[in-house]
Amino acid sequence: MLVVNGLKADVGGKEILRGLNLEVNPGEVHAIMGPNGSGKSTFAHVLSGREGYTVTAGSATFEGQDLLALEPEERARLGLFLAFQYPVELPGVNNTYFLKAALNSIRKSRGEHELDAVSFLRLIKDKLKILHLDDSLLKRAVNAGFSGGEKKRNEIFQMALLEPKLAILDETDSGLDIDALRVVADGVNALRSPQRSMIVVTHYQRLLDYIQPDVVHVLSKGRIIRSGGKELALELEEKGYGWIDAEGQAA
Amino acid sequence: MTSAPAVDDIVRSEYEHGFTTEIASETFPPGLDDGVVRAISRRKGEPEFMTEWRLKAYRHWLTMTEPNWAAVAYPKIDFQSISYFSAPKRPEDMPKSLDEIDPVLLETYQKLGIPLEEQKALAGIAVDAVFDSVSVATTFRKSLAEAGVIFCSISEAVHDYPDLIKQYLGSVVPHTDNYYAGLNAAVFSDGTFVYVPKGVRCPMELSTYFRINARNTGQFERTLIVAEAGSYVSYLEGCTAPQRDENQLHAAVVELIVMEDAEIKYSTVQNWYPGDAQGKGGIYNFVTKRGDCRGARSKISWTQVETGSAITWKYPSCLLRGEGSVGEFYSVAVTKGRQQADTGTKMIHIGKDTRSTIVSKGISANQGRQTYRGLVRIGQRADGARNHTQCDSLLIGDCCTANTVPYIEVRNPSANMEHEATTSKISDDQLFYCRSRGLTAEDAVSMIVNGFCKEVFNELPMEFAVEAQKLLSISLEGAVG
Repeated sequence: MLVVNGLKADVGGKEILRGLNLEVNPGEVHAIMGPNGSGKSTFAHVLSGREGYTVTAGSATFEGQDLLALEPEERARLGLFLAFQYPVELPGVNNTYFLKAALNSIRKSRGEHELDAVSFLRLIKDKLKILHLDDSLLKRAVNAGFSGGEKKRNEIFQMALLEPKLAILDETDSGLDIDALRVVADGVNALRSPQRSMIVVTHYQRLLDYIQPDVVHVLSKGRIIRSGGKELALELEEKGYGWIDAEGQAA
Repeated sequence: MTSAPAVDDIVRSEYEHGFTTEIASETFPPGLDDGVVRAISRRKGEPEFMTEWRLKAYRHWLTMTEPNWAAVAYPKIDFQSISYFSAPKRPEDMPKSLDEIDPVLLETYQKLGIPLEEQKALAGIAVDAVFDSVSVATTFRKSLAEAGVIFCSISEAVHDYPDLIKQYLGSVVPHTDNYYAGLNAAVFSDGTFVYVPKGVRCPMELSTYFRINARNTGQFERTLIVAEAGSYVSYLEGCTAPQRDENQLHAAVVELIVMEDAEIKYSTVQNWYPGDAQGKGGIYNFVTKRGDCRGARSKISWTQVETGSAITWKYPSCLLRGEGSVGEFYSVAVTKGRQQADTGTKMIHIGKDTRSTIVSKGISANQGRQTYRGLVRIGQRADGARNHTQCDSLLIGDCCTANTVPYIEVRNPSANMEHEATTSKISDDQLFYCRSRGLTAEDAVSMIVNGFCKEVFNELPMEFAVEAQKLLSISLEGAVG
């Protein structure tokens, strides 16, 4: 589904990604862990097409398409979704209206008919139920005045609605207390399916107690230096990133 | 990595309504003196009192100087290089129905998306279309007449209702008021007159579409609306102009008079040619709009959506004389490219328990320059007066400017004043967020801007709110970066 090969990227002339390789198959959940500054968020942003990054080498293909040649909205329409570390506030833009516009633009690009207000409302009610969210967030402006937990829940809600093929969760656990974390993780788990892949970017092992990954990768200095099963995350938690860095350098 | 469309692309979208209608105009040669003022009056077959009224204004205007306090910059206007009268052919043979109207003209309206035939059929909208300086089509007059409402061109009103004109014209904006109002009084070409008698609720929205056409001809519209006690009228003006390469001066005057328990709702959607990317060729819009709440519990509500013009200088105001009278001002103004706008309102509280609300939303993109300038004055006798002001500015890109200049003068200690102001920017983060959800940058901007303006759009009559939203989206196409 996603194949990343030798990906190198700069931010403001500084090389952050230094030859990253990753392959994600349908239905798989991959966790990417790493210390601050290792390039986790940069990787998520480069995949979703944020400006300000220059790809200097390598490739990223999504279902055979060259992802890096596409505009962010085109990537979204192909089925890529980024859950933001810091969801952005859109004052005055009603959440329901925003979601309907987003969903319909994606549907339209796939040649599907656009949903009218009634069928859209029915759909969001269903999604709210699956995620155990109440409908108060529908009437509010997108993320405006939301608490940290509400913002993250809103991201997961958007993901549920847009039904991406590949979701990238960028430090979704950051700033959440344990209860909010559980709600968000439950939401993510409810959306797991054999057709949907996820990349869970996180700093802490904690999130992985709730979202069980198939593969754990350790990112350091812009490269994946170690991959393994869930136990790798536990080992990291115990020994700290220094351990793997030292080992990586020795190798 | 791909990049988003440059801010410049969005702002560079061509003016949609930029075309010129070929129609034989009879135009005065450029220049202004006593003779020209008399000629205009004669040409319109005006009675003596009107000619004198104009001449008095003209002579006073000669003693005035152009105001220079507004935060706008433009080359000095040579008032002698402007032609002060232009009329479509056959002025002595004014059309009685659409069949008699020059088909080229009708086509112009169709290009603008306002076919009169359709409008006639549409639910209750009467149209007094101003093409150049003379009204050429007036519809729905009959059913309005049955309700006792007078809705006609101001030229007709001068002939048919001289007493009303004598009584009210210039009574809110006298020719001594300001330079452009003085000029307008001397040379006003045409405009609209509305009179709603006591206790009558005008059965339909009244609407006028303006279109500046003949080359190099200043337009000097004059609008007068009188609402007698207990009456109500909603009036909408919308304008759009063909593309040109010379600046065109527009100095209109609008006067509203509202008696006891009456209400006038005045809405404007303005879409004049703003000039090209270098700012060349746009309309200069120097307008004086003022309403006088003369009676107790009277109400005036100004709603404006301003997207056009190279320069806008406009402060729709309310004189709140009547006890408990209410003034409202809801405004959305867009400046992009090299557009400049210095706009706002004046709320003059004179009577007791008067209330005013100001909601101003300014959007600036590219090198747009925008200033909100508003005055709230509470007079000595205005016990219990209240005002709430909210001024929000939204910036798109890094080269635009937004200023807020509120003047607050309170001479009565019982007054209650609130003022809020915010400035925000459409950030790259917001755009990326929307795009990562499958929306284009244009859709994102339009969504954010419409959200920003919602409070004002809610005040527009329904069908125009839709138009205004569309207009705003079109205006800001390509304004992201």
